[in-house]
Amino acid sequence: MNISSAQYIAGSEAGQNASIKCTIDGTEIFVPLDPDNTEYQAILEWAKIDGNTIEEAD
Amino acid sequence: MALSKIQVSSMADNTIHGRRNLIINGAMQIDQRNGGAEVVPSSDAYTLDRFRYNASQASKLKVQQNAQAITPPSGFSNYLGVTVNATHTVASTDNFFLTYFVEGHDSAHLDFGKSTAKTVTLSFYVQSSLTGTFSGSIVNSAENRAYPYTYTINTADTWERKTITIAGDTSGTWIGATNGKGLMLTFSLGMGSNFTGTAGQWNGAQDFGASGDIVKLVENASAQWKMTGLQLEAADEATSFEHRSFGEELALCHRYFHSINAAGHPSPTDGAYARYIMFGQDVNGTRWFHDFPVTMRATPTLINNNISSSTVQYFNYNTQGAPAINTIAISESSKQHAQVAFAFSSGVAVGQIIAWRWNNSPNSSFQFQAEL
Repeated sequence: MNISSAQYIAGSEAGQNASIKCTIDGTEIFVPLDPDNTEYQAILEWAKIDGNTIEEAD
Repeated sequence: MALSKIQVSSMADNTIHGRRNLIINGAMQIDQRNGGAEVVPSSDAYTLDRFRYNASQASKLKVQQNAQAITPPSGFSNYLGVTVNATHTVASTDNFFLTYFVEGHDSAHLDFGKSTAKTVTLSFYVQSSLTGTFSGSIVNSAENRAYPYTYTINTADTWERKTITIAGDTSGTWIGATNGKGLMLTFSLGMGSNFTGTAGQWNGAQDFGASGDIVKLVENASAQWKMTGLQLEAADEATSFEHRSFGEELALCHRYFHSINAAGHPSPTDGAYARYIMFGQDVNGTRWFHDFPVTMRATPTLINNNISSSTVQYFNYNTQGAPAINTIAISESSKQHAQVAFAFSSGVAVGQIIAWRWNNSPNSSFQFQAEL
């Protein structure tokens, strides 16, 4: 997977994130914060690389 | 009237019973993502349902359900086809292959990694424009145990059924009954030497294919490879392909992927089209509560496929107005249910009822993906 950006999306509850908006292979997708989700696993690995950051929610 | 004995041979241990095939969509009937269209997939992209494409180089191969529209094997209506899009000389670090992941819940009974590991038999119908020895592998989730296998295509452009029997792995770490990767089945389309190993034995390596004189499809211009009737079963020999109903096969696929799509919905001007109801949760924010058709493997990713203000329309029943959409994102969700947040620029108040509907957009879909 080629991940080019990632940003948390706020949930319904104040101060809590619900998902991550992410661009993978040029497609914008929304990834839940589920450790069993394949794309979430890939984002966490991507974020371990220097220079890659999951941006805070707007 | 003489009383005859009831014939019970159908219950004997040596009779072929149902529920043998560990592969979902082995007859290649289901193609939810592409609906039979040809695609040049990215690496790690899913093609026909449950079949993932892997490639170290982009845009070399094309995948399509029923590519070139040839006659499938007797008893089948569909197949998966791979066609070379641009040739590539395979380097040691390259890999091109198709992958099928069996979920741990479905492979745990094979007892791989234990002294009680069961023998499995792989069978499938295959044809190619090339002849020779092809390969694939069965691999564990950590990709450090692998059994490369080979099969020979004897005649070009002719369906041949292949069967491969593999003694289960009594070593290594194989995950048990979880929703993770139970085992990985590969079909090589061109494998570099870094990813190959000796065929016919279990190797402690990341072998996605067999070493030796193996055909590399991707190196041959316009070459084709087709496959259907894929079956993996706990058995010492192959049995006939287990055909399941289309509806059952589709439901099994839904655990990993489903879409709400516009295909089949008539134009709004036809006056008969589906509406999906949301409610105003906050100022200019609505929630669409979508229950999945089956419990998914994990909380799914949302893919907004060709969703825009021109492909989806909105209607506020309270105001009789059409609010303007800004963004659509997944909010709190689970394996059973998604809460999708629609943010509008104006026109929505708390508690109002809003509907969305397709607008002449047959290629649009909300896709929910929980693949391995």
